[in-house]
Amino acid sequence: MSKNHPNVDPYIVSRVRALESLLLEKGILDPEAVDRVIRQYENDTGPLIGARAVARAWVDPAYKRRLLEDSTAALAELGLDYDMLRVVENTPDVHNVVVCTLCSCYPWAVLGLPPTWYKAPAYRARAVIEPRAVLREFGLEVGAERELRVWDSSAELRYMVLPLRPTGSERLSEDALTPLISRDALIGVAEVSLPATVA
Amino acid sequence: MNGVHDLGGMHGFGPVEREEHEPPFHGHWEAVVVAINNASRAQRVFNIDEFRHGIERMDPVHYLDSPYFEHWLDGITRLYIEKGVVDADELARRFAFFKERPEAPALAAVTGSLPPPGARPPGARGAVRTSDATPRFAPGDPVYTRASGPAGHTRLPRYARGKRGSVHACHGIHVFPDTNAHGRGEQPQPLYSVRFEARALWGEDAEPNQRLYLDLWESYLLPAEEAR
Repeated sequence: MSKNHPNVDPYIVSRVRALESLLLEKGILDPEAVDRVIRQYENDTGPLIGARAVARAWVDPAYKRRLLEDSTAALAELGLDYDMLRVVENTPDVHNVVVCTLCSCYPWAVLGLPPTWYKAPAYRARAVIEPRAVLREFGLEVGAERELRVWDSSAELRYMVLPLRPTGSERLSEDALTPLISRDALIGVAEVSLPATVA
Repeated sequence: MNGVHDLGGMHGFGPVEREEHEPPFHGHWEAVVVAINNASRAQRVFNIDEFRHGIERMDPVHYLDSPYFEHWLDGITRLYIEKGVVDADELARRFAFFKERPEAPALAAVTGSLPPPGARPPGARGAVRTSDATPRFAPGDPVYTRASGPAGHTRLPRYARGKRGSVHACHGIHVFPDTNAHGRGEQPQPLYSVRFEARALWGEDAEPNQRLYLDLWESYLLPAEEAR
């Protein structure tokens, strides 16, 4: 589908370069800025900070409480200055999922760049009206006995899910847990599971 | 505005299409757009609400058929022209230049020497403001959302207008997008997390045991008894 490979569209590229060159000339855009953005999102961020916060919450109940009640303080402990995050907790009785129907609000600072599907009309339209059907497409079955909470990010707060800790992971450390926590689990379209070799 | 961007609850878009091992950017141009947005926000060329409203005014047919970062490009370009920072004719000439010379670096069209980047004001501010305003609602209060949809920018989605919910939490005092997007000031007011039963939004067709949470400004809400 062409819209998933927009890098080949010469019309868009020419529009971008036209604006880019004018803003460079006006001194609004720093010539190094584009390389900085690429470095930042290709190397420095990703779902890593969000995953680290969740892993720490799993092993440290006091940290978990801070993450749920005062995420700004909890993220500062991980070296991140970010005051917009609200963390919502999955339990055996409740599953949470995050969407932004009006644009594509997403906690970039803790999860990195949003995936294309998160920004696409299908997810934004459907996640609020048929979330269980959407989650099923992601391979996640949420039974009717479990409450499903959909968070539509309509203001300047950003939401992240604290997923359930997988059973059998009790002996794993924060460092061992962190890489198991996927971006999708932090959005709420997946659970965290143990790789076969650990289980 | 009752725009094409307000997608919540629409049918007909088909399954959610996922891309395995998706790269951060699908082309260099996407990173350029992000860099342009960062620089523009840091220098306060426009605020977040003007930015969103710039996107909302895209041609609706094009909106649905274009990649996400083209939405940004379109909205940002619109704002630069409206604010008089970029001249539309000059931009059209640059577009023509690069269309003919796709390999030319962005600086190739620049005549004269590049001025040094100006001293930057501190980065764009967040949305939280301090105020002694007393929130009108408390957690647990039943509320109705307003049924009306203004022609300008608003963050009350169509699917949640004229609906009954209950206040889940108060998030403090936040900049009001409906005015801030239109140069009418920040007019900060209390922001609430409001919980809706899925049945209150979608009727009999709602999935079972589902609730939906929206962050809504005080002026979007009416006390349940007043709405009757």
